Amino acid sequence: MSKNLRVKTSKFIDETSRVSFKFNGKTYYGFKGDTLASALLSNDVHLVGRSFKYHRPRGIMTAGSEEPSAIVQINDNTSLTEPNVRATEIEIYDGLEATSQNCWPSVNFDIGGINNFMSPLLPAGFYYKTFMWPASFWEKYEYVIRHSAGLGKSPTKPDPDIYEHKYIHCDVLVIGAGITGIMAAKTAAKNNLKTLLLDEKNEIGGSTIYQDSEHVKINDQSSSTWLENEIIELEKLDNLEIKTRTSVAAYHGYNYLLARENLTDHLSKGEKQNKVRQRLLKIRAKKVIVATGSLERPLVFNNNDRPGIMLSSAVKKYADYYGVATGQKNIFFTNNDTAYESAISLNKKGIKVESIIDIREQSNSEFTKEAENLGIKIYRSHTVVDTEGYKRINKITIMELSKDGQSFTSSKKITLDCDCLAIAGGWTPAVHLFTQSGGKLKFRDEDQVFIPNEYPSDQISIGSCNGDFEIDDIVKNTLKTLKEFLNIKKTNYDDLNIQCPKDKEIRNIWLLPSDKVLGKTKPFVDYQNDATAKDIKLALREGFRSIEHVKRYTTTGMGTDQGKLGNMHALGIIAETAGVKMGELGTTTFRPPYTPLTFGTIVGRNVGEYFDTFRRTPMNDWHIEHKAEFENVGQWKRAWYYPKNKETLHEAVQRESKAARDGAGILDASTLGKIDIQGTDASELLNRVYTNAWSKLAIGKCRYGLMLNEDGMVYDDGVTTRLDENHYIMTTTTGGAANVLGKLEDYLQTEWPELDVYLTSVTDHYATASVCGPNSKKIINKIIPDLDLSDENFPHMSFKNAKIGNVKCRVMRISFTGEHSYEINVQANFGKSLWEKCMEAGEEFNITPYGTETMHLLRAEKGFIIVGQDTDATMTPIDLQMDWIVSKKKYDFIGKRSLYRSDTMREDRKQLVGLVTDNPSEVLEEGSQIVADTNLKPVEMLGHVTSSYYSPNLNKSIALAVVRGGKNMMGQKLFIPMENKNINVTIVDPVFFDKENERLNA
Amino acid sequence: MFLITCPFCGEREQSEFKAGGEAHIERPKQPTELSDDEWAEYLFMRKNIKGIQFERWNHSHGCRKWFNVVRDTSNDEIKSVYKMGEKPPTI
Ligand SMILES: [Zn+2]
Repeated sequence: MSKNLRVKTSKFIDETSRVSFKFNGKTYYGFKGDTLASALLSNDVHLVGRSFKYHRPRGIMTAGSEEPSAIVQINDNTSLTEPNVRATEIEIYDGLEATSQNCWPSVNFDIGGINNFMSPLLPAGFYYKTFMWPASFWEKYEYVIRHSAGLGKSPTKPDPDIYEHKYIHCDVLVIGAGITGIMAAKTAAKNNLKTLLLDEKNEIGGSTIYQDSEHVKINDQSSSTWLENEIIELEKLDNLEIKTRTSVAAYHGYNYLLARENLTDHLSKGEKQNKVRQRLLKIRAKKVIVATGSLERPLVFNNNDRPGIMLSSAVKKYADYYGVATGQKNIFFTNNDTAYESAISLNKKGIKVESIIDIREQSNSEFTKEAENLGIKIYRSHTVVDTEGYKRINKITIMELSKDGQSFTSSKKITLDCDCLAIAGGWTPAVHLFTQSGGKLKFRDEDQVFIPNEYPSDQISIGSCNGDFEIDDIVKNTLKTLKEFLNIKKTNYDDLNIQCPKDKEIRNIWLLPSDKVLGKTKPFVDYQNDATAKDIKLALREGFRSIEHVKRYTTTGMGTDQGKLGNMHALGIIAETAGVKMGELGTTTFRPPYTPLTFGTIVGRNVGEYFDTFRRTPMNDWHIEHKAEFENVGQWKRAWYYPKNKETLHEAVQRESKAARDGAGILDASTLGKIDIQGTDASELLNRVYTNAWSKLAIGKCRYGLMLNEDGMVYDDGVTTRLDENHYIMTTTTGGAANVLGKLEDYLQTEWPELDVYLTSVTDHYATASVCGPNSKKIINKIIPDLDLSDENFPHMSFKNAKIGNVKCRVMRISFTGEHSYEINVQANFGKSLWEKCMEAGEEFNITPYGTETMHLLRAEKGFIIVGQDTDATMTPIDLQMDWIVSKKKYDFIGKRSLYRSDTMREDRKQLVGLVTDNPSEVLEEGSQIVADTNLKPVEMLGHVTSSYYSPNLNKSIALAVVRGGKNMMGQKLFIPMENKNINVTIVDPVFFDKENERLNA
Repeated sequence: MFLITCPFCGEREQSEFKAGGEAHIERPKQPTELSDDEWAEYLFMRKNIKGIQFERWNHSHGCRKWFNVVRDTSNDEIKSVYKMGEKPPTI
């Protein structure tokens, strides 16, 4: 039964190109250039969705991005579906499929609609109140709430579309390509400024481009003809770039803006293939010109939300731009002249306008006169008090307003039939981006608008977003502001001759009266969140005063449209009810994005393997060839274990750990941070940053060091080697390298600039293979036969320069496993060949590559800590039972003073201990809690397990833990409470294996 | 994201820098002679002003130099930038 309401050929719609699309499963036709909204309206479809809370039928209200009601789900594909798309923005294409949201089972019969009848039970704050009382009911409420709430459905599979980010630098950014934006962009570009002009619509020209009133003329042409010629000129300019379908989402400080450029959403499925869908533009502009226009205000009266109730400007745009009649029996309801202008426009196209309801007593502009001459019935001093029609408006009831506008002259009611009610409540400057940038608004009392007042950066607002609504004011003020802003004397527009009717009469009544008591009415302020004037008044009665609080309590302005239509009414109603001035009340904060952004646009190309940068060692290919499993350590991909014959992690680690102690093991240690330290004060720097003494370390020797924060807590550790008198190489933890370098630089530059020290990060410059185990010496001897490996010449904790063939290397005899071991460092590009040489030489000694998991196990057997695993930012060296490394003699080092604070000296701090389980095969879970008394309620937590393994070399389970006062609890029995049992453990010394360190020299 | 004029490299975007907290808090020369309270004053106490704040910044993704910035924390306006060791401007 769909009708065709296309009334007149529009030059903006390509009627030769018919497009078929589906809405709620039914096929419709529209034309290229239509939005989903205009195409549906041309088929006489108004009902497109249900409201969020009461599930009331809702239609299309606007023709732009401010649309609160007509939001739809696009595409039902699990990876491509997109919720909350405004039907007024999405352009139709062949194959477009859209469905209504917030309704089940269908938009015509929605079970949630029962909320509408339950609405007396769902006042403002319903959800907050429900959540608070009684708590045990929450589960019951939750089921209902979860099933009735929610805006649309999220995709459940990864998004296959391509998105990207782009940086743009320009001299002048113009936001909004209406008449003022076009004038500004052309003026800037003609003055040799690199200019970017953005508009969210598919074409530029704003509302002027479809203006055809005989009363508005520029240089004796209709304003649209004049602008068309301007646009032709504009497109010829070299240093001007124009981007349409581009919406500015955020305006940050320092003229940094984010915009979303939509490239393919209007294309058919075939045309979209392999193209970038959306682009996030990161714009840094020297100057910004905001020309975002204004949004028409609705009127707030009883039942003002039915399908068929639309903004008057939208009704005009559908007729003038899309050539679509939004109804066959149209009534306008207004507080200003805009509606008359729209009504005339409709009349010209043969669309019937029955009457105009005007809340003003009179108005005498050329528009009103013309409307009267056309025979449109005008009801002055009247207001709509009610509407009827469940799925589409069919009747309105009007009454005559009293002088003060708060009641009626008599109880006489007039009922009028209509199928579209166009409402015009005046205009609200679109100051959203301006306030996002930090701009301060001022309130203009005459016409009750907020306009820009103080600019926080180099920017201006021009046109109706700056509070100019008549074309002659707009042009005059724009030119004046532009000249100052761009510092120019003349523009092309200085001699424009502009004609337009002057009538600024507007009568603002924020909440129009009804013949019923407020409690029995539904005057919607926020259509998307179903907040009514009643809710706002309730919030005030309940004691809320701050606009920000009322907003959150009533959810006014908290939908995806951020209440673009109704925020001013909310403010007006609060001001009237509370008896304060609107200007003093202030506004709520507009936050980015101006219109919703897809996650795809935000992340751009940074998805999957490009989500974060990662680093691989020079031996990486070998690890892959030998089927290593990897783990992430900081940004590094480290070999985790090397499973053989489908071994599990546990099996592989047990094998690797045993082999490293029985024969030989090899570890890729290239990821350890390496800092080259040179300068006459290098030793002094180490003295100041490590807890132990460094001045007497002989050249060629290595020393383990612990670095603290100034608060005394362990920060990093590692071995540093003295290569020469004034030359050291420091190693850091894999994850801590960048921070340690930063910390050292900070102290050198700010606290100790007198020290002569130079730091260079050389982590990436060296590859490191660590060979350990009783056979390590034989293996190194095969690779570097010239090197004397005797304990006398090359003892533990020393270093030698050597050569493998022609390749220079540094060999350190240091150990993190407790085994006799060597660390060989070569220039990074020789890393893989070094590794292969070690493997080849070690083959006869059963050399076994091991990963980070085995490394962790082996060091835990020795009770060596891993900073960040066995420590957090609350462990001092004393807590770690590492008193031996804290110099008593040194006058100062970073963190020293903090070790003597009353808090760090407490005996009952958590301290590092070893744990063994009564059942030696039971392995504890890392992170599990430790208690002494399982009957105590609440249970007293003494600490937690930090490292835990099954040791194949000891044939038992071992763990490291931090326990309150643990240092003095040696031998004590404690419990690890788990879900189904308590595990019995005993506190022991954290060194489990080879306490005498005999194996280091084995 | 604001722009910071590194005294060594010039104007760069904020993402190249790392903030380092309040400026002009000098590490005590003789920490061991301080009381717990005096040490805590150095270690923990920071002003966190709404308005004009003197703070340290590091050009961590550039020249890696530390320097001082005078910033209005209410609107991120940078009033002055000066090198370590230079006298703070009067603002
Ligand atoms: Zn720099």
